[in-house]
Amino acid sequence: MAMAQSKKSYKNIGWYLLLAVLFFFFFVPFWWMIATSFKSDTEVYTKAYSLLINQFHFENYKDVFSSMPFGKYFMNTLFVTVMVILGTLTTSSLAAYAFARLHFPGRDALFFLYLATLMIPRQVTLIPNFIIFRELGLLDNLWSLILSGIFTAYGTFLLRQSFLTVPRELEEAAVIDGYGYWARFSKIVLPLSKSGLVTLLIITMLNIWNEYLYALVFIQTEAHRTLTLGIALLRGDFDVRWNLVMAATLISISPIVIVYLACQKYFVEGIALTGVKG
Amino acid sequence: MREEYRAAFLFLLPNIIGFLIFSLIPTIASFVISFMDWSLLTSPTFAGLSNYKEMIHDSVFWVSMKNTAIYSFIKVPLNLILSLLLAILLNKKLHGRNFFRSIAFLPSVCSSVSVALIWSPLMESSENGLINHVLVKMGFNIIPFLTSQKFAMASVILVGLWKELGYFMVIFLAGLQGISHSYYEAAAIDGASPATTFFHITFPLISPTTFFALTTSLIGSFQIFDLTSVLTNGGPANATNSLVMYIYQNGFKFFRMGYASSLSLILFLFIFVITYIQNHFANKWVVN
Repeated sequence: MAMAQSKKSYKNIGWYLLLAVLFFFFFVPFWWMIATSFKSDTEVYTKAYSLLINQFHFENYKDVFSSMPFGKYFMNTLFVTVMVILGTLTTSSLAAYAFARLHFPGRDALFFLYLATLMIPRQVTLIPNFIIFRELGLLDNLWSLILSGIFTAYGTFLLRQSFLTVPRELEEAAVIDGYGYWARFSKIVLPLSKSGLVTLLIITMLNIWNEYLYALVFIQTEAHRTLTLGIALLRGDFDVRWNLVMAATLISISPIVIVYLACQKYFVEGIALTGVKG
Repeated sequence: MREEYRAAFLFLLPNIIGFLIFSLIPTIASFVISFMDWSLLTSPTFAGLSNYKEMIHDSVFWVSMKNTAIYSFIKVPLNLILSLLLAILLNKKLHGRNFFRSIAFLPSVCSSVSVALIWSPLMESSENGLINHVLVKMGFNIIPFLTSQKFAMASVILVGLWKELGYFMVIFLAGLQGISHSYYEAAAIDGASPATTFFHITFPLISPTTFFALTTSLIGSFQIFDLTSVLTNGGPANATNSLVMYIYQNGFKFFRMGYASSLSLILFLFIFVITYIQNHFANKWVVN
C-alpha cells in the first residue's frame, strides 16, 4: 500500500512540473508588470527585462496621477460601469418579466427580434450609434458609453431564462393574496433569481470596464477618457515611460481582479452557464 | 386581459425604447448607409452597390480579411486543443489545482488593452525585452516579434492565446465535470488505456461543449480589434490589420461611413453563418 502510494506521488511529479511551467507562462507577465511598475526610469531603460525589484519606487504611482488626469480616467470608467450595471439590471429585468410571465399580442414576434439581434456584433451598430449620438449632442460625453451599453438583448434573454425557472405556483398563490404584477415581480421573482442577476452583473461589469472600441470612437477630449482609452494612448507617446504605464495598467485591472478573486464562484458559474465573452 | 397588456407595455417600455434606438434602428441603418457615400460633413448621397463593388478591388480589404482568417483559423484550433488539455490537467486531483485555475483564468478578466500593454514590452525586438533577453542568453538570435511582417501575426496569436486559454478552460471544466464517473469506472474495469478513454468517452461526451467553445471562439476572433490595435496598430505594413480595424479606419480615420458600414456587414455575414450553423447543430444534439 505504502509502495503504491509513493509510486502514485512519483507519477504525479510530471504533472506538477507541467503545472510549474504553466504557472510561469501565465504568471510571469503579471509579475513583470508589478516589478516594472516599481522600477526607476534608468532601470526601465537599461534593464527592462528584469523581473527583480531592487528598490520600490512608490513615487511611480504618484506620478501616474500627476502626469495625466488618471484619477479622472478611473472615475469615468467607474461611473460608466456603475450606471450601465444599474441600467442593464433594471431595464432587462423588467422586460424579461414581461417576456417570461405576461401575455400580450406580438410577444413571440418581439422576443424573436430580441433574439435575432443577439448575433449582431457591436461593430455593426457602431457607425449608426456614432451618428445618433452626434445628433443627440452626446459625442465626447460619458452618456454615449452608458446608453450604448445598457440595452443589450442578452441581458433580457439571460434574465428571462432565469425567471422561467421560478415556480409559477408561487405567483399563483400571490395572486390569491391580492398581489399585483409589480409586487409579484419585485417580491417573488426578483429575490428568487439572484444567481441570474449576479451573472448578468458580472458579465456587464467585465464588458464595460474593459470596453475600448466604443470609447475610442465616442470620446475625444482627455477629460472624458476611460481607463482603457487613457492607458492605450500612453503606448503612442514618443517617450514611453514603461514603469508608469505598468503602474497605470496595474491600477486599471486591480478593481476587476479583486472582484474576481472575491467572487470567483460567480464568474465561473456565469461563464459556464452563458459563455458570453468576458 | 386589458390590465395585463397595460402591465406588459409598462414593463417593456424602458428596455424597448433603448433597444429600438441603440440596437434595432442602428442595425437597419447600417444596411441603408452601406448603399451610400457619406463623409458626415456633407449630406449622404445614394451610391448603389458601389461600396460593395469597391471591396472586390480593394487590396487592403483583402489583406485584412486574410489576416482575420489566419488569426481565426490558427488561433481557434490551438485555443481549443490547449484549453481542453489544460482543463483535463486541472480536473485531476492535484494539490493546488484551484490556485492554478485562478491564475490561468486571470488574463480573461483583464482588458485586451492591458494585456497588449504588458506583452508589447515583453516582446521588444532587442535584448532589453524579457523574451529576447532569455532567447539570447540561451544562444538564439533576437526575434523581431512585433516589428517584422513574418512574426507579427504569430505574436498576436500567442498573446491572444495567453488571454483566452483560461476562459475556455473554464468552459471545458464545466463540460468535463458533467461526465458521470461511472463511465470512467467501467472503462477502468475493461482496462482501457488513457488514450482510449479520452477518445471513446471524454471526447464524444464533451462534443457539445467543444462545439460551443468553437463557435464562441470563432465569433470572438473575427472581431479582433483591441489586441492588434495596441500591440501592433495593424502593422508592420498591414501584416496584422484586421477586418474590424479596417472598419474603424474607414469610418473614423477616412470618414467613409458608407464603405465602413458595408465592411461591417461582411463581418455580420460571417457571424451570421457561424451562429446559424451553431443553432442548426445545437438543435440536432438536443433531439438526439
